[in-house]
Amino acid sequence: MSTQHDNTGSTAWQSFRRLQHQARIEKYRVWLLGGSVFLALFITSAYLSHFSPGRIAEGLPKVHEYLVKILPELGVATFREDMAYWFYGFPGWMVLLGETLLMAYVATLLGTLGAIVLGFVAARNVSPGAWLTVLSRRVLEVARTVPDLVYALIFVFAFGLGPLAGILAIAIHSMGASGKLFSEAIENIDMKPLDGLRSVGADWVQCMRFAVFPLVAPSLISYSLWRFEINVRTATVMGIVGAGGIGQELITAIRMLYYEDVSALILLIVVAVSLTDMLCERIRHGFIGKENFS
Amino acid sequence: MTIAHRAAGPLTVAMAEQRYPEIFAFNARRGIGLALAWGIPFAVLLYGLVVFDFSPVRLWNGLGQLGMLIRFMFPPSIDGVMWEFMKAIFETLAMAFIGTLFAALIAVPFAFLSARNVLRFSPGRFFVRRGMDFLRGVDQLVWALVFVRAVGLGPLAGVMAIIISDIGTLAKLFSEAVEGADRKPGEGVAANGGNTLQCARFGILPQVLPMFISSTLYIFESNIRSATILGIVGAGGIGYQLSERIRGHHWEEVATILLMILFTVYLIDWVSGKIRSRLIEGA
Repeated sequence: MSTQHDNTGSTAWQSFRRLQHQARIEKYRVWLLGGSVFLALFITSAYLSHFSPGRIAEGLPKVHEYLVKILPELGVATFREDMAYWFYGFPGWMVLLGETLLMAYVATLLGTLGAIVLGFVAARNVSPGAWLTVLSRRVLEVARTVPDLVYALIFVFAFGLGPLAGILAIAIHSMGASGKLFSEAIENIDMKPLDGLRSVGADWVQCMRFAVFPLVAPSLISYSLWRFEINVRTATVMGIVGAGGIGQELITAIRMLYYEDVSALILLIVVAVSLTDMLCERIRHGFIGKENFS
Repeated sequence: MTIAHRAAGPLTVAMAEQRYPEIFAFNARRGIGLALAWGIPFAVLLYGLVVFDFSPVRLWNGLGQLGMLIRFMFPPSIDGVMWEFMKAIFETLAMAFIGTLFAALIAVPFAFLSARNVLRFSPGRFFVRRGMDFLRGVDQLVWALVFVRAVGLGPLAGVMAIIISDIGTLAKLFSEAVEGADRKPGEGVAANGGNTLQCARFGILPQVLPMFISSTLYIFESNIRSATILGIVGAGGIGYQLSERIRGHHWEEVATILLMILFTVYLIDWVSGKIRSRLIEGA
């Protein structure tokens, strides 16, 4: 303590206090500037999105009212009958759910095939030609930037209502999204196997097949499984724009005010999505485990 | 191995087959396994293609139609509608901003409740986790449909859909961050007589706040993409304009909207990339 007091008069102490003062002013300025920018953004956004306490207070009771309406009445004594009544459409819904899963599966495979082809071409370190690389990078960018539902809206006009439009929409979007991840995985590989194959005169396709592909295969599988999980979710809403799957049934139930169907369908979708997630995680762990052991 | 090979002179495939027949012999179990591993997924794919009528004729006709639509899209029209579209784009951005902000604020307490290292024994954790799984399992668009029914057309339904579905996502991401935190600072607070809430606030929160912010930024970015389609079911933003134009066959305006969406998403990607690299540099 006493040494500190003795030092207060020294020039070192004074210059320290001056620097401290400047640092504090700097900190307050950053906070004030950041805070006011944030506040301005917040107020503008709240205004633009009609987000006000009054409207929230008005809306929440309506949400509650709607939730109460869509939930079924389940009695303990009449549980079996109530469940049967609630899920009266069960067989038909299961068929639609199966169609949804199959849509996601086909779309994921088609998208992954496209992503593998374009991903190899788009990776800068193994590029077969600068122009091809630039071109495929742009194609992948456009494919993933436009949301899949927008593709579906347009494809429904071109290919007609039904799952075909939905599958193509999901496939193109996932081609863009996975293709980027694949090309990034390829850009991070160890180049030595590739050099080895080049030195013995392998052509580009052989180099990719025997040097690059074995290195990135585990991440390709893991990304594709992850993509499948996402695509199952997307496939459940494709029906909203008429592109097949269980979403068609859901939007009909919501529009026609079949209240209890809405909750039954949402429950089925959640169960299907969670089961797929769990299954995919299992498979992924199996693959990763195998890769680690061998 | 290499020494043995050198002694034997150059090794050709034929010589190798002669010398190590067990490597080249057909392994029935492996063969069947490989056939099944490739065959079953392929068979399911074929089944799907047949069921969904992927006939070349249908694809060809569809592509022809698509080509026609794309011809209709040029030149994209900009006169008279630009201001309306700009307003819709800003509405979309505003929906994503407000939605992400409130989802993040509400997700924080749920994340702490569902993290294993904050409350050791919590009967509520199971229910909180399943509840979050439920919110996440339903697609954002389905929530938007429900909220449009409940509160009417407009961006407020979209904001609510974003908040509800992202509480699930963010609570999971946040709780993973909390579970990965070092528990020593929390123990230090507890040793000085802090209660559970104080441990969470002073022991864990300072460690996980940067991760919270970075995952919130990431979700904000993804919400801008998803907010562009919420309008398709009437929940405000540019998607509403887009689906109206598609239904009304105004293809040259559709092209304008698509270009604006592309431009906005690129811009946001670029800005958030800058912010993220600055945050990483600063850390």
